Amino acid sequence: MTSAYELTDIRHSYGDRCVVDIPTLSVRSGEILGLVGPSGAGKSTLLRLLNFLETPTTGSIAYAGAEIDGDVSLATRRDVTTVFQRPMLLRRSVAANVRIGLNLRGVETKDRSTERWLDRLGLTDLADAPARTLSAGEAQRVAFARALVVEPSVLLLDEPTGNLDPYNVGLLEEIVRSDSAERGTTVVVVTHDVFQARRLADRTGLMVSGRMIELAETRAFFSTPQRPETAAFVRGDLLM
Amino acid sequence: MRTPITLFIVVMLLAASCAGQSSDGEDVLRLATTTSTNDSGLLDFLLPAFEAENNARVDVVAVGTGQAIALGEAGDADVILIHARAREEAFVAEGHGTARSDVMYNDFIVVGPAGDPASVAGTGHASDALAAIAAAEATFASRGDDSGTHSKELSLWEAAGVTATPASDWYKSLGQGMGSTLIYANETGAYALTDRGTFLAQSESLPNLQVMVGGASIDENADPALLNPYGVIPVNPDKGGIDSELADAFVAWLTSIETQEMIEAFGVDAFGQPLFYPDSEEWRAR
Amino acid sequence: METLGRAFADALGLLWGLDAALLETVGLTLRVTLVALTIALVLGIPIGAAIGLARHLPGRWLLVPLIYTGMGLPPVTVGLFTYLLLSNQGPLGGLGWLFTPAGMIVAQTIIAFPLVVGLTMAAVQGVDPNLPIQMLSLGATRRQVATVTLLEARVGVTAAVVAAYGAIISEVGAVMLVGGNIEGETRVLTTAIVLETRKGNFALALALGIILLALAFLTNFAFHRLQVHQGVR
Repeated sequence: MTSAYELTDIRHSYGDRCVVDIPTLSVRSGEILGLVGPSGAGKSTLLRLLNFLETPTTGSIAYAGAEIDGDVSLATRRDVTTVFQRPMLLRRSVAANVRIGLNLRGVETKDRSTERWLDRLGLTDLADAPARTLSAGEAQRVAFARALVVEPSVLLLDEPTGNLDPYNVGLLEEIVRSDSAERGTTVVVVTHDVFQARRLADRTGLMVSGRMIELAETRAFFSTPQRPETAAFVRGDLLM
Repeated sequence: MRTPITLFIVVMLLAASCAGQSSDGEDVLRLATTTSTNDSGLLDFLLPAFEAENNARVDVVAVGTGQAIALGEAGDADVILIHARAREEAFVAEGHGTARSDVMYNDFIVVGPAGDPASVAGTGHASDALAAIAAAEATFASRGDDSGTHSKELSLWEAAGVTATPASDWYKSLGQGMGSTLIYANETGAYALTDRGTFLAQSESLPNLQVMVGGASIDENADPALLNPYGVIPVNPDKGGIDSELADAFVAWLTSIETQEMIEAFGVDAFGQPLFYPDSEEWRAR
Repeated sequence: METLGRAFADALGLLWGLDAALLETVGLTLRVTLVALTIALVLGIPIGAAIGLARHLPGRWLLVPLIYTGMGLPPVTVGLFTYLLLSNQGPLGGLGWLFTPAGMIVAQTIIAFPLVVGLTMAAVQGVDPNLPIQMLSLGATRRQVATVTLLEARVGVTAAVVAAYGAIISEVGAVMLVGGNIEGETRVLTTAIVLETRKGNFALALALGIILLALAFLTNFAFHRLQVHQGVR
């Protein structure tokens, strides 16, 4: 099984502060990897390294078997899309927002694929509505549609359903699951919601203070945690 | 909502009542005159004497002849000082002014580029020079603004038997004051009709222009048509809001021998000749 | 009051009769203003966007106040500067643009340019700072980020266009100095108004003013239609 990412001796710092310290991490191709942990643990920063927004201060990342050396090629960058907690939508219609990734890639806007994704996310009726007028749940659905319409190899999710109602949470989790199953998309989801990790992830990792404390198959992670920190976290105790 | 409106009205009334009086309790005389008269610097030279004598302030509004007359007609000026004889007489005849008095005169000259493409240098009469300029289709810059100078220019074209309009490429109607017109003529090498005073005052910044018709001073000007008399007219007090007492005092002062002597002295140091020649009735009778 | 009434009547009469001189003046007014506006937009929008987007710009501390000052340049000073530039004794005298529409266009472009740069810059800076990150993570190149940001800022950019247009179509000092108000050659509505006022023809001057306002209104109406079409109220 090829790995989507191979991280080696990653230490990422802002000034003197080291925010990510991971000697080794392998993200398997096609898996859904959940990252949990307290605030400030470095989960989001790790995501920024994975979508090439930042270069690690030291250490190396290999993507799809090829080591990333200096500048990332545009093709590689376009293989990975990210959905953030707050969807940054443009002042355009919903459909235009969904299409944006295709526009950027110069792809002939395949209206059929845009329509398909609008439909999958229940946005067909809102296709021509100004994106700025949507509710939080609707807006995040647009963010998902636009991330997936470009058919990325890797989907990164940073607290994607943080402030949404259960209906939207369920809908979006189902989308992630089925897309991964259909296309073999590698998914890394950072979440505060322990239960979400349990529902979605194949493997789950606990990050505390920039370090990966434990990474295991989700069932084992939750039922038989190996580390005391994991046990405490799973129990719901706050970890500093 | 009444209070702001009341306040506004009170402020406006206060402002209106102050209109005729400056803050020092001086009287204010509104004098409408032409830009060329003001640009010459004569008023700056003369007026302090009047202001001191009468504990007054003279507000000079320098505009085109047409606008000066309009200000008088509207009662927005107390006295007008212009140089357009026919229009002055009409102003009085139509009841806008009380009476017209001679003040002074100067002369017009025709200026042009050193190259003199129309060969008019030294011509005795301006109308002959204009005819030659038209024939040669040399560039001519007109003020085109209904000013006294412009009226004189039109009468000269008529005397020359030429219809000069912007339709002819060489005739430029600027619609601007004398200073701007001369700058234009200097810049583009055009002929122009100007009052001698403005030309002398600005000659340093007009290196490309020379006197073509009119000689070096008014004594040498052989063309009577180029004479430019000035008239002062107090505005008819029937219009309301006119300080006619001060206006009449102004006219009396302007035409007095003492002031006329000052007029005769103005410019002699700077240019070797007066810019204006005193011509009030009182002066002529002395 | 009587003058105002006559002014409206005169304005309608001139327009109705399609007075030839008036049409010529209106045509020149539009030509000079629209050409100057276009040049200012073509140069100013990219520069304003670049400054607004640039994360590290050495000298920003000086550049931005300069731009803001440029937005408030006294038009007559620009006119004087342009005049001296284009005069025979000036460095660009050889172009022969003084007292021609070309010179007027130069002056009006100088007036409009800082307005376009400053307002575009502000519009771009007003866009959500998270937008570049979002667009980059959707696979945008740096240039695409700039384009998308500029489009997001289109309300502010349109305001820049409107402001620049308003400034130059109503400007009189610069075009008077540089153009010379020559009948049939460089006389535009504003300089014509000054002239008619000087001649004491107040009603006609007002009528021209009304026509100038109508002209400005029609163009701004069109701008706003464009904004509405783009989904802005």
